[in-house]
Amino acid sequence: MTKPMYLYPLWVRLWHLANALMFLALIATGLSLQYSSMDYTIIRFDYAVSIHNITGIVLCVAYIFFLFANHFTSNGNYYQLHLKGMFDRTLKQLRYYSYGIFKNEEAPFPTVVGRKFNPLQKISYVFVMYIFMPVVVITGVALFFPDMLPDKIFGIGGVHFFDLIHIISGFILSIFIVIHIYFCTIGKTPLTNFKSMINGWH
Amino acid sequence: MKKLSLINLALLMSLFLCAQEITDEQAEHSPENSKCFNCHSSHTYTYYNDVIERNVTKRMNPYFLVDSVLYYDQNHSSFECIDCHSYDYRTFPHDNELQMDPMPSCLDCHEGDEETEEYNFEKIDLEFIESVHSTKHSDEFTCWMCHNPHTYKINARNNENVKETIVYDNNICLSCHADINKYQLISSEKNPNVIEKHDWLPNQIAHFASVRCIECHTHSTGDVLVAHHIQTKDKAVKKCVECHSSNSILMASLYKFKAQENRRKYGFFNAAILSDSYMIGANRNLYLNILSGAIFGIIIFLILIHAILRILLK
Repeated sequence: MTKPMYLYPLWVRLWHLANALMFLALIATGLSLQYSSMDYTIIRFDYAVSIHNITGIVLCVAYIFFLFANHFTSNGNYYQLHLKGMFDRTLKQLRYYSYGIFKNEEAPFPTVVGRKFNPLQKISYVFVMYIFMPVVVITGVALFFPDMLPDKIFGIGGVHFFDLIHIISGFILSIFIVIHIYFCTIGKTPLTNFKSMINGWH
Repeated sequence: MKKLSLINLALLMSLFLCAQEITDEQAEHSPENSKCFNCHSSHTYTYYNDVIERNVTKRMNPYFLVDSVLYYDQNHSSFECIDCHSYDYRTFPHDNELQMDPMPSCLDCHEGDEETEEYNFEKIDLEFIESVHSTKHSDEFTCWMCHNPHTYKINARNNENVKETIVYDNNICLSCHADINKYQLISSEKNPNVIEKHDWLPNQIAHFASVRCIECHTHSTGDVLVAHHIQTKDKAVKKCVECHSSNSILMASLYKFKAQENRRKYGFFNAAILSDSYMIGANRNLYLNILSGAIFGIIIFLILIHAILRILLK
């Protein structure tokens, strides 16, 4: 039996919890706004706008906090990509998830103190936190001020352009969340990883 | 040198053509009107006072001023002033009694008029009679309260620029609702503050710049080109989804004249709106909907297969 490791300090857990709750609220309200209809109502339009705006601001603050925290603590090391051999490592992890896991093989990159994320986790988290999150946050903040956006960008309306980028990146993040939640069930038991994110111990 | 002369010649020709055009345009205008505009398009007018036997210059009452440029750019620009005003106005000084003459209404000319049949003036009148403007203010409220007979120009169906139409049409409402003097011509009530009354509306500036007041404040039956049944405030559209949905009511009002050719372009619902604004809920894209649904479905399917295999092969 491996010795329990304290991998998730309190601030990471609190940030992660805030992130998760805001994400769920933003996805639900975002979908409700995008598919608003007279015939059916998921969440009343004006409520959805208010919830989406408030949770968006909280997510934005949480994201800025994350950037600072990652910059000033060792947690940022987990997000540093090492390009040399990255492709092979990622492929190895992919092979494990798509084949090895069904053969009860050992995970090729088990979690240890210096390596919280496997190569596939690392690359997806970096993409999510350093590409899609900034895009969704910046476009979201811009949409708070529709009057200040340019009339036209690449031949289409400024608000339309920002909204398209916002919903496409939001959709990609939603897909990430679904996959992320499923992969969290791949632990010693399906609930092990969820418990780790609550008590901090892996 | 020869080239320069040719340019000069071309410039002279174009100047001549412009001048010719202006002269032709002026010639189209009634000489009778020019006599009226001599005084009524200027802030002062001069007349010979027989009593004191000299010319006298006076200030024109600002409410009797008519902008001749706007006049000749409006719906009834071909009209002579005396088509609507009494023939006796040709005499100066005007008889004071003439001010008591009733003004003609739109239906006086347009009722049963085959030429303007498509506008359905009779139905417009019925809608107006049911509207809050008529029920609350009775006969004092005439067509002219909104449609200034000297300047009103049809906008929505002629102007490709929807934003300009919005400003033009909203200014008609604001000419009373943001002007206490005109408002109190027919009401002793305090003019409600439009901004405060719409406090509940998110992104107020964006809404005011993107839709006309009548979009929410009229009941549209589709029988007339522009709805005239202005309703009481409690019946105004307040549900966001009435506009923010794939079957947005704006397509039957503001974007009515663009709607036919532009209902769905590049997969965007209500695409006519996109050339001027963007509305969440109304401008979703069919292809992106299908693509995102397909991607989401595939992901869920793969996860299910993966989970089932994990359970079976454990």
